[in-house]
Amino acid sequence: MTLNSRIPTGPIEKAWESTKFNMKLVNPANKRKYHVIVVGTGLAGGACAASLGELGYNVTAFCFQDSPRRAHSIAAQGGINAAKNYRNDGDSIYRLFYDTLKGGDFRAREHNVYRLAQVSVNIIDQCVAQGVPFAREYGGTLANRSFGGAQVSRTFYARGQTGQQLLIGAYQALERQVASGQVKMLTRSEMVDLIVIDGKARGIVTRNLVTGKMDIHIADAVVMGTGGYGNVFYLSTNAKGSNVTASWRAYKRGALFANPCFTQIHPTCIPVSGEYQSKLTLMSESLRNDGRIWAPKQLGDKRSADQIPEGDRDYYLERMYPSFGNLAPRDISSRAAKRVCDEGRGVGETGLGVYLDFRDSIQRLGENTIRERYGNLFEIYERITGENPYKSPMRIFPAVHYTMGGLWVDYHLMSTIPGLFVLGEANFSDHGANRLGASALMQGLADGYFVAPYTITNYLADTKLEKVSADHIEAKGALENAEGITKRLLNAKGKKTVTQFHRELGKTIWDYCGMSRDEAGLKHAIGKVQELKEEFWKNVTVPGSGSDLNQQLENAGRVADFLELGELMCIDALDRNESCGGHFREEYQTSDGEAQRDDEKYSYVAAWEYKGEGAAPALNKEPLTFEYVKPAQRSYK
Amino acid sequence: MKLTLNVWRQSGPNTPGKMVKYDLPNVNEDMSFLEMLDVLNETLIAKSEEPVTFEHDCREGICGSCGFMINGKAHGGFPKTTVCQLHMRHYKDGDEIFIEPWRATAFPIVKDLMVNRSAFDRIIQAGGFISVPTGSAVDGNAIPIPKSNADRAMDAAQCIGCGACVASCTNASASLFTSAKIAHLNLLPQGQPEKLDRALKMVTVMNEEKFGSCTNLQECEATCPKGISIENIAIMNRHFVEASFMQRPAMSEGGAG
Ligand SMILES: Cc1cc2nc3c(=O)[nH]c(=O)nc-3n(C[C@H](O)[C@H](O)[C@H](O)COP(=O)(O)OP(=O)(O)OC[C@H]3O[C@@H](n4cnc5c(N)ncnc54)[C@H](O)[C@@H]3O)c2cc1C
Repeated sequence: MTLNSRIPTGPIEKAWESTKFNMKLVNPANKRKYHVIVVGTGLAGGACAASLGELGYNVTAFCFQDSPRRAHSIAAQGGINAAKNYRNDGDSIYRLFYDTLKGGDFRAREHNVYRLAQVSVNIIDQCVAQGVPFAREYGGTLANRSFGGAQVSRTFYARGQTGQQLLIGAYQALERQVASGQVKMLTRSEMVDLIVIDGKARGIVTRNLVTGKMDIHIADAVVMGTGGYGNVFYLSTNAKGSNVTASWRAYKRGALFANPCFTQIHPTCIPVSGEYQSKLTLMSESLRNDGRIWAPKQLGDKRSADQIPEGDRDYYLERMYPSFGNLAPRDISSRAAKRVCDEGRGVGETGLGVYLDFRDSIQRLGENTIRERYGNLFEIYERITGENPYKSPMRIFPAVHYTMGGLWVDYHLMSTIPGLFVLGEANFSDHGANRLGASALMQGLADGYFVAPYTITNYLADTKLEKVSADHIEAKGALENAEGITKRLLNAKGKKTVTQFHRELGKTIWDYCGMSRDEAGLKHAIGKVQELKEEFWKNVTVPGSGSDLNQQLENAGRVADFLELGELMCIDALDRNESCGGHFREEYQTSDGEAQRDDEKYSYVAAWEYKGEGAAPALNKEPLTFEYVKPAQRSYK
Repeated sequence: MKLTLNVWRQSGPNTPGKMVKYDLPNVNEDMSFLEMLDVLNETLIAKSEEPVTFEHDCREGICGSCGFMINGKAHGGFPKTTVCQLHMRHYKDGDEIFIEPWRATAFPIVKDLMVNRSAFDRIIQAGGFISVPTGSAVDGNAIPIPKSNADRAMDAAQCIGCGACVASCTNASASLFTSAKIAHLNLLPQGQPEKLDRALKMVTVMNEEKFGSCTNLQECEATCPKGISIENIAIMNRHFVEASFMQRPAMSEGGAG
């Protein structure tokens, strides 16, 4: 397959402007004749559905929760980046572009990233206008904080609940459209297949999670903002319901899956405490503005933190990366923590943890200032661990957090299936091999508010769409396919629960395709995941029926897809014989242990094509070219 | 520790439900309440019984999906805590625990501990927004907002829409939920143009949705996992009264040419 990324020509500063100018438009009266499906109403999908509704399109939106306000985006804590330069500290669109591209270890497309930096400023304006209560200075202007991988303060925030406030803003805009009749919102509905007719995305099949009924929905275009796939690891900071099903089923209908092995392990999460553990909790990166990370210098030092004198502490990020210190990017900080623990210097009962210490900043600023900045995060920490972080340092360890990989999209955010647009974490577009903190919220809202409404309009105006109905053979075929999966799951009647399979899969992927990877491990993991998948279909037990609310059945379908995705992640990681960003291959590192890229051979997006059950997926390469920023060894020293 | 659970089981909205007793022998004190229910469900599945349906997603106390009554208290009754953030170290060996769904006419039961809270979405649809289409915003710093106003708006905006306020109120009133949104938006300069209209419409829909009325019992504030203040209800009432006197429908657009 040849990949046409539709990157505009001409100077990068003008590229998006001129693309917009050259796009076709749909006149206001004709917009309501188009029906657009938006699957997922998190930041990306919610913003898009609301904006399309405002434009006058006839929109149907779907989510699996009971309300769009509960999408996983709600959990984002720390903040959202924008190149406003309100601090007068040297920020600019170009610098945000540069930081993001470098942060992603030069594995993202320059033009996409530049556009992201450009529209970042509009996002803040839009959200303020919606009533998002961003933090303010005493003079009434917007406040900022710093995030990893940047030397300027460009992160806007609403206490430790930025995602919540941004999502509520998008949700309210969406509900306004629901009230006006422009958007029809179907909650507790899960997309289980994509309908492709004459090579174009023309609808979806959904399962009503309350009644179990499967329905066909036909449309002129389909948008997916269905989130990331971090839960393939079982334990992650993602919400329990986050899943890959929509993306995976679209992949099986012909959408390419790009860079699946690019996953982000976040350095500051609360460590695992026991076997029953169901998820991991993030302690926002913003804490690294005032918290210092350290581990004991001596191996197996069992003294409590307050008994370890200054001289016996190793503030390893400050030591290794003096110019970024505790704000070194995530991939680098996570690997450093792993190394410290591998050496035997980890803290806590399991030895899988390092300290995040606020002692010095509490001394400098007072407890009240720290409480005002991070109070809710400290509360979460105390509630989970039973320890008071104002008194003793937090214990933290890296955990799976975000997935840079996702469905391949072109500059218009359209997948390889015409008419299927993919936004937010579900696409692969802007973060390369590592995402910088506070950039996911930015990307989701950029895609949803400011990019997709233009590119979808252009597609609709520019494409001849035949009239199709729900009786179309392809639509019925998709419905039968989805019903078949449900039947197989219910009929397996085996001995192991869905969660048992999910845990085993997660452990395998974490051990062999997590913070570090090597050839032998990946080959082993591929075999193991294949075996697990085979066993799953024979030996899974799903109680209850398909014609009812059945949470085990929902989960079983999602885990079935994770099993297949897990294999593709390992295949992708094995194929990429270099280290870059979050993808760290033990075989490819510099003499001081940093990721060693191979730009000559691997400066491309790996876009995988489904070739049928049991067949090996085909690799398609989109070469990456850099005209504006010359790829260099990433240094934060 | 060993616990005895009494869980409300109900297969659908129109079927009768009942309490069912389960013994759970191995509960670890570091588990969250929902992880404890996960363990129960795994054992039920192993015995080919139907697991308990309950709603949950983020398990970080922010999505608002989870929530049920524990021993008659919404979310278990611990300060500023949702059930997903409630850890078993608050219980002791031998405890007997009673678990029931939110009870309110406006929140019909879907299954077991899961209820239908879509009435909350309809209250928001009535006016819980600022009408500003994408693209029509001015620069963020063009609207300076005193820090104290921004902070108060944020305090109200923290509502997670879980429904504990309704469940803990003997009248099943949704006043805390509705007022939190009215206060969030009405305290900000951006919310002024629609201020009265918003109060009028949201309160009207709240009443239509079969929620009870507020008689100032303050249970809602005590159980709210985000500590939302009943001060917001006063703001709502004030704006509602003002709106009832002052508000006139806007003229529809017209004009020639
Ligand atoms: C704990 C945590 C903290 C974070 N903090 C930050 C931060 O401070 N700054 C930052 O920039 N980023 C942060 N992130 C990352 C960021 O929150 C996410 O990447 C982003 O919110 C994803 O938004 P989204 O709209 O793409 O997807 P989501 O918010 O995940 O929404 C997915 C939507 O799709 C729906 N859906 C999924 N599958 C289906 C299906 N099959 N059928 C129907 N509907 C479906 C869901 O119902 C939901 O509505 C954080 C992430 C985590 C986990």
